Amino acid sequence: MTERDYCEEALLLSGVHPEKCMKCGKCSGACPSYDEMEYHPHQFVDMIAKGQIKKLMESESLYHCLSCFVCVERCPRNVMPANLVEAVRTLRERSIGNDRLKPDDVAALLDEETPGQLLMAAFRKYSK
Amino acid sequence: MPMNENGEFTPLIVAFCCNWCSYAGADLAGSGRLAYPAEVKIIRVPCSCRVNPTFILRAFQKGADGVILAGCHPGDCHYSTGNYYTRRRMTLLFSMLEYLGIEKERTRVEWISAAEGAKFAATMNDFAAKIHELGECKRLEDLRCK
Amino acid sequence: MQRIGVFVCHCGSNIAAAVDVKQVAETLKNEPNVVFAADYPYMCSENGQQLIRNAIKENQLTGVVVCSCSPRMHEATFRKTAEESGLNPYMVEIANIREQCSWIHKDRMTATAKAVVLGRAAIAKVRLNAPLTAGESPVVKRALVIGGGIAGIQTALDIAEAGYPVDIVEKKPTIGGKMAQLDKTFPTLDCAACILTPKMVEAAQHENITLYTYSEIEEVKGYVGNFRVKIRKKARYVHEDLCSGCGVCTQKCPSRKGGNEFNLSLDKRGAIYIPFAQAIPNVPVIDTEQCLKFKTGKCGLCQMNCAAKAIDFSQQDEIVEQEYGAIVAATGFNPISLDKFGEFGYQTYPDVVTSLEFERILNAAGPTKGHLERPSDGKPPKTLVFVQCVGSRDTSGRGKEYCSKICCMYTAKHAMLVREKYPDTEVYVFYIDVRTPGKNFDEFYRRAVEQYGVHYIKGMVGKVYDDGAGHLMVRASDLLANEQLTISADMVILAAATEPDKTARSLATMLTASMDTNDFFTEAHPKLRPVESPTAGVFLSGFCQGPKDIPETVSQAGAAAVKVIGLLSKNKLKSNPCVARSDSLVCSGCSNCEKVCPFGAITYTEAEVNDGTGKEIRRIAVVNEAVCHGCGACTVACPSGAMDLKGFSSNQIFAEVDAICR
Repeated sequence: MTERDYCEEALLLSGVHPEKCMKCGKCSGACPSYDEMEYHPHQFVDMIAKGQIKKLMESESLYHCLSCFVCVERCPRNVMPANLVEAVRTLRERSIGNDRLKPDDVAALLDEETPGQLLMAAFRKYSK
Repeated sequence: MPMNENGEFTPLIVAFCCNWCSYAGADLAGSGRLAYPAEVKIIRVPCSCRVNPTFILRAFQKGADGVILAGCHPGDCHYSTGNYYTRRRMTLLFSMLEYLGIEKERTRVEWISAAEGAKFAATMNDFAAKIHELGECKRLEDLRCK
Repeated sequence: MQRIGVFVCHCGSNIAAAVDVKQVAETLKNEPNVVFAADYPYMCSENGQQLIRNAIKENQLTGVVVCSCSPRMHEATFRKTAEESGLNPYMVEIANIREQCSWIHKDRMTATAKAVVLGRAAIAKVRLNAPLTAGESPVVKRALVIGGGIAGIQTALDIAEAGYPVDIVEKKPTIGGKMAQLDKTFPTLDCAACILTPKMVEAAQHENITLYTYSEIEEVKGYVGNFRVKIRKKARYVHEDLCSGCGVCTQKCPSRKGGNEFNLSLDKRGAIYIPFAQAIPNVPVIDTEQCLKFKTGKCGLCQMNCAAKAIDFSQQDEIVEQEYGAIVAATGFNPISLDKFGEFGYQTYPDVVTSLEFERILNAAGPTKGHLERPSDGKPPKTLVFVQCVGSRDTSGRGKEYCSKICCMYTAKHAMLVREKYPDTEVYVFYIDVRTPGKNFDEFYRRAVEQYGVHYIKGMVGKVYDDGAGHLMVRASDLLANEQLTISADMVILAAATEPDKTARSLATMLTASMDTNDFFTEAHPKLRPVESPTAGVFLSGFCQGPKDIPETVSQAGAAAVKVIGLLSKNKLKSNPCVARSDSLVCSGCSNCEKVCPFGAITYTEAEVNDGTGKEIRRIAVVNEAVCHGCGACTVACPSGAMDLKGFSSNQIFAEVDAICR
């Protein structure tokens, strides 16, 4: 898959239309994990629109997003940045083979370092 | 079957155009020299909502092969709401016509503004091409009219 | 029997190059009822028109078909030509053989054949034409302006200056509107009251202007030139003609709990109050929900102290009926409610205010006498954070999708005024875009940045919260620095989105004027008729048509006045004769046509009908020709076929269809 394909996939998974963004920065103004993130919510939208998803997939920013959805809630244009972060997380997990986990296996993969939102995402996505 | 001197089928197409948008769009297509088939004959009406379904039935009865209605874009009607009536009425009429065996491609409603000369020509070209494909329409033709 | 003449135009070579005009004329000459056919190089030229005029006289023509350019071009010309030789102008039909034929068909045979068909269709139509006469209706030479803000005042003054009587209906107890609440105005920083109050006085004193304050529109009937309007004058409980405006009553009132609307409830007022010092009329009004006399029956202090005996607790609403030739909507705007924007803490923290509230705080006549004091403890704020686009450009459903247009400029104004009067303050403005198109507007904004040192930050505030120690904390993004900021602020000022006044919707329904999805009045044409509603006789002034600042509002108000004056200067209105007509013998009185009419032109009446078998009283549709625009929606809705459209009758269109399909 090319980088562009990954971007398309992320948009498809999330249902996000980055062209709706009017670049106000309210998502990043509201984000409680802002300082922990290398890339911020508005950058997820902006970079994927520009086709630059690799940097995001490699960044630990993914796991600093709390999935609190405050960015989604506050966005004046219904862009849903958190959904996009979630989609990038999914793509990253798939790209390293962590796809389609059985629920029973999830517990074994947990350790102190595993972020809680990954656990939530895993239950959301891999429970079948 | 009506034919031209080359033995090709020349259909008969009646276009009802509203005075404020689509008729002006046709004028713009004309001044832009944007060609569409001569088979298309335009009848001017004040608003697309003036078009009584019986006008369309009459056209098919008299041997038309396709009828197209063009009006202002929804929301832009000169009379505020006329084209909404058109949209509803024609939805009903066209489904009834299809039931009677008039293929739904033979009837059409389009929204063409006074600024859309190119769209007018393109729409008429497209519509005429469809009618050429479908050929003659004899379903409702009243032979007593002949 | 019709005697029809056909005139085929060459249009130089525009038509003649593609169409064999001589052949068209000869072919059409053989059509039934055609007694004359000719072609000419330029039919619209004086010589061409003379040819038509002569032919009409010599051949006693009753109908004319001109095969030429689009009727949108020269229909009016040829109708006039016909009229000059005594023929009814509506006995002329145009076959469009230029735009719809010669210009688009290269093949001469094809083009000629089509021109003949188009000519036949026109002949078929004209054969069924009937002479039409434009109806006339008188014009009531009086205008109604709804809304007494700067838009309404300016419109009324301009109309009154032209010599026509005008009534202003304002729902608040005073005229002046939003502009009266403002402190300074951009981009010149002159004081709003100084330029508005003289206009308010002028309006009140003008011999041609009647003010109905504390009044609302109850009902609108009629049509262009002849509106009949009922105005409800709400009871003030103070007789305007007796009151001297001394204000003693407002001082004696023991109830001090009412939120002062003029100061957006930043301070309190009595139950009997004058909205502000320069109010016009300078007559108090009693708030019955607050007044002790109305609530408990005891008190009446105001009445006892009124030397003029103007206070009357038994006053009732009064309905005034008046006729008007034209109506201007100037209903204005309000800031939106910020209930859905909890993140800014407007409901929680008193020091978070809207821009209009801040305007009152800055105003020398406001609750703080113009001293910059924060509402919570009256201390002067040191750090002020302005947030733009609060609810504007918002498609999430919480706000408004449009740009409110005025916020960028008034925020720059506020920031500048604060920095000028209080140089020890820090002022931050969070913006998405700074939009300053307008004369001297961008220069003004740049002055705020360059001269006054206002910190403009590209980004948005995500949250306003209390840090636990009683400080307001503002968390926001700085997009250009790519960082998140937290600012400890003493005051936060929100540029709330604007919305049309809530009364506009019901008024639009009464006026049958159309509105867009945001409840702004729709103009007849967005570019070419911006101050007219599509409903004839209804005009638009100010914010009710779309967001506008004061200079734009004033220019639009003047434009609306000109349109009104133009209408009122006519003694009679000529109406389009191509209107609907109901056949009383066929009409079944079903009301279908009335329901589809976008203009309210159809009414029902009980009338005596004689269908040959005897007279009877029936309910039948009647078309008001002055109101009908001639769209024809009713003709199709009519199940009995009683309704037809003059000039585009069903039989005429059938004839055209038949001619084309022949």
